[in-house]
Amino acid sequence: MPVVLNARGLSKRFGAVTAAHEVSAAIDKDSVVGLIGTNGAGKTTFINMITGYLKPDAGAITYEGRDITPLAPRQITRLGICRSFQIPQLYSSLSVHENMMIGLGIVLANAGHGGFLSRGDAPVPGYGEPAAQVAEHILARFGLAEYRDRNTQVLPGGVRKLLDIALTMVAKPRVLLLDEPTSGVSAQEKFGIMQMVLDAVRAEGATVLFVEHDMEVVSRFAQRVLAFYDGRVIADATPEVALADPEVRRHVVGRLRAAHA
Amino acid sequence: MDQIPSVIVDGVMYSAWLFMAALGLTLIYGVMKIVNVTHGSFYAIGAYAAASLTAAYLARGFPPMLSYAVLVVAAIVVAAPFAIAIERVILRFMYARDEVVILLATYALFLILEDVIKLIWGVNPYFIAEPYALLGSFQVADMAYPTYNLLLVAAALVFGGGLAWLLHSTRAGKLLVAVIHDPEVSRAMGVNVGRYYLATFLLGSLLAALAGAFTAPTVSVVPGLGVDVIVLSFAVVVIGGLGSLPGAALGAVIVGIVRSLSVHYMPQLELFVIYFVMAAVLAVRPRGLFSLAEPRKI
Amino acid sequence: MRRDRTVAVIGTAFVALAAGGPWLPQWAMFIATVAFARGLVALGLVLLLRAGLISFGQALFYCLGAYTAGALGRFYGVSDIFIEMLVGGAVAALVAFIIGFLLARYRGIFFGLLSLALSMILYGLLVKTEALGSTDGFNIAPSTLFGVRPPPEWVRYSVLVSAAAVAAAAALIVHRYLQTPLGRLAPAIKDNEIRVEYMGASARKAVHVKYVIAGALAGVGGALAATAVGHIDPDMAYWTTSGEFIFITILAGTGSVVAPFVGALIYGSIHTLAYGLSPNTWQMSLGLALLVLIVFLPEGLWSLATRHARRT
Repeated sequence: MPVVLNARGLSKRFGAVTAAHEVSAAIDKDSVVGLIGTNGAGKTTFINMITGYLKPDAGAITYEGRDITPLAPRQITRLGICRSFQIPQLYSSLSVHENMMIGLGIVLANAGHGGFLSRGDAPVPGYGEPAAQVAEHILARFGLAEYRDRNTQVLPGGVRKLLDIALTMVAKPRVLLLDEPTSGVSAQEKFGIMQMVLDAVRAEGATVLFVEHDMEVVSRFAQRVLAFYDGRVIADATPEVALADPEVRRHVVGRLRAAHA
Repeated sequence: MDQIPSVIVDGVMYSAWLFMAALGLTLIYGVMKIVNVTHGSFYAIGAYAAASLTAAYLARGFPPMLSYAVLVVAAIVVAAPFAIAIERVILRFMYARDEVVILLATYALFLILEDVIKLIWGVNPYFIAEPYALLGSFQVADMAYPTYNLLLVAAALVFGGGLAWLLHSTRAGKLLVAVIHDPEVSRAMGVNVGRYYLATFLLGSLLAALAGAFTAPTVSVVPGLGVDVIVLSFAVVVIGGLGSLPGAALGAVIVGIVRSLSVHYMPQLELFVIYFVMAAVLAVRPRGLFSLAEPRKI
Repeated sequence: MRRDRTVAVIGTAFVALAAGGPWLPQWAMFIATVAFARGLVALGLVLLLRAGLISFGQALFYCLGAYTAGALGRFYGVSDIFIEMLVGGAVAALVAFIIGFLLARYRGIFFGLLSLALSMILYGLLVKTEALGSTDGFNIAPSTLFGVRPPPEWVRYSVLVSAAAVAAAAALIVHRYLQTPLGRLAPAIKDNEIRVEYMGASARKAVHVKYVIAGALAGVGGALAATAVGHIDPDMAYWTTSGEFIFITILAGTGSVVAPFVGALIYGSIHTLAYGLSPNTWQMSLGLALLVLIVFLPEGLWSLATRHARRT
């Protein structure tokens, strides 16, 4: 399969802390990749560098052969690389539906339908329907329809998490980076949520990278695992191989078990 | 080039005055994160209290040398009840609100205090020249300067040094620094945060009142006195870094010297340069020259 | 969803004012005209406030517009009220566009303080510029309308109707802008800029656009105030003038494009009334009103009008 996203030799330091040290990873198109590692191992830094929030001190990132290292998050998003957040990033004064409409409005504006006379009823690129309908469909797909008119500030944690992921869908992601999509969710629910998210994303064909601490979830959904430790990638293999790796068992799996016990 | 000595002397004196005028503003912002527009009102209250009570004191023929003590006592006694009332009745209910909203509330209070001042002291100017005239003058490079201005410089040093000592060398000050760092944790550890906020607002307002009191003998005390001071003190503390004590000192020196240079060489730019420096510093270092890095968000 | 009646309200109000205007006393026409001028500035502040930004220096553009109008009359013999407003707005917009590159990076208290510093720079320059009358400013000749000088008893009325026309147009334009996808971005910028950025939009650019619109509106308002009052001085750039505009904006709230003009009219009326009754306590009334608003009605007076509708 062709490589869609290629990170080569990414390094990032914050003062004395090395958040990334020569991190390299070539991600295959339409694959599902699990990112594992303890807190502070460099997973979020990796996502932040891919999506342009942090600029690496060294190294480069290419997307479909194009260098995206110097681009801003909004430009990277427009290319179809989208992300969700560990702590949901929502518009707290708006309703669930309005949160979706903000995102769809941006997509319309980026497609040239945001002029002074536009009424926001042009079909959304990639969806072929007006924004209001697209919003309903995405909400329904994520099981959020019943929360449609609720203010996001009063939503339960799990629903906030889902909305955060649903908001990434407005731009039709080609590559989706999910930062701990199932954190704060009970162990039984994790599988259902991952399945729902992957179904929603992959209906159109997309590459997914997700950060996950539950190794059962990783084994079940990931086709490949990147294990992070101390700012480095210490394993890059299928889940069976990576999770059996002694280094990974020592630095990642064992510690996570201890932390979660 | 023969103007250089007077540029320096004027600059130092103006810096001292600015530092005094801005000290309370930076203290209150540093502790409470309030951009306090009533700062100018307290400056005016201090000036009016000092001018009116000192004039009354001198009119009764008491020893003029003690008039300096009267200036100080008058400002403190009159300004303190205002400060306590404002903090207890209004501000303490607003701490949970946005920084900008609290600023607007202090702006509303400033409008109210402007008229309260007129109701108490009327609209006619007050003059008390005695404390100023009493000390005579001194010479630098053939130019005469009022000795009273040296008193201002000394007062600025005492205020600044005293505040630094209070914050860094006393138990109350160290606890206050903890409150600044994290009000929630301090509260959980049993620190009465509300009391520290009251004390800070009182102290900051009294510093403004004292600055007004010390300035009163050098000007005519008229309505609107505090209006200019607000925006000048903003400039000083913003240049140095909001909430920073050494920042306020640096800001005062920069503004003082820049203004003095301008007055001597390009008087038409006197006001322009002050705010130009403020804008330039904000443009390059938005958090001022003495500033901390912003925390990471995601 | 309620039907949007903004366009109908603006149209009706304009027709009513134009038709009933000749029966208004001269002083009422003056108050209303000045209210339109201040309302234009407040309309721009509403745009910024919706995105969570407060400018403590909007007087910069108000003063620029006024001095542009003054300079047109004084140096170029132009007295047409529409040309004055147009050029005043254009000059202010240009300046806002240039300094917007800097200001659009700032948020919260720093946006406010930098805009304050910039307005004080203009003030500092004007008070020392003798060609423009220094602290005294200068007078402006009565305006003409498309080259016609109305008879003296009709000057106030013609200025009022021109002001109303411009204000109505501005309100409609802003109303339309707020319905475009980028115009609707304001609350999103206020709530969470990181998400805005990660949805593919530039919050900085959106703020820049709003800042330019707000600057242009303030410039038009300043030009209008200059020709209505007949006199300009550097106090138009002073921080207390910016404070008045913020007062009006908070009074009105950000709920509607009509609100700033209603707020400005209420402000002007309180000002005139309170000042007439007691010249030494009018600021106190304003201060108390502002304090009550901040504490009890943070959404502004307009929220009283819409509160009922929202509950049903």
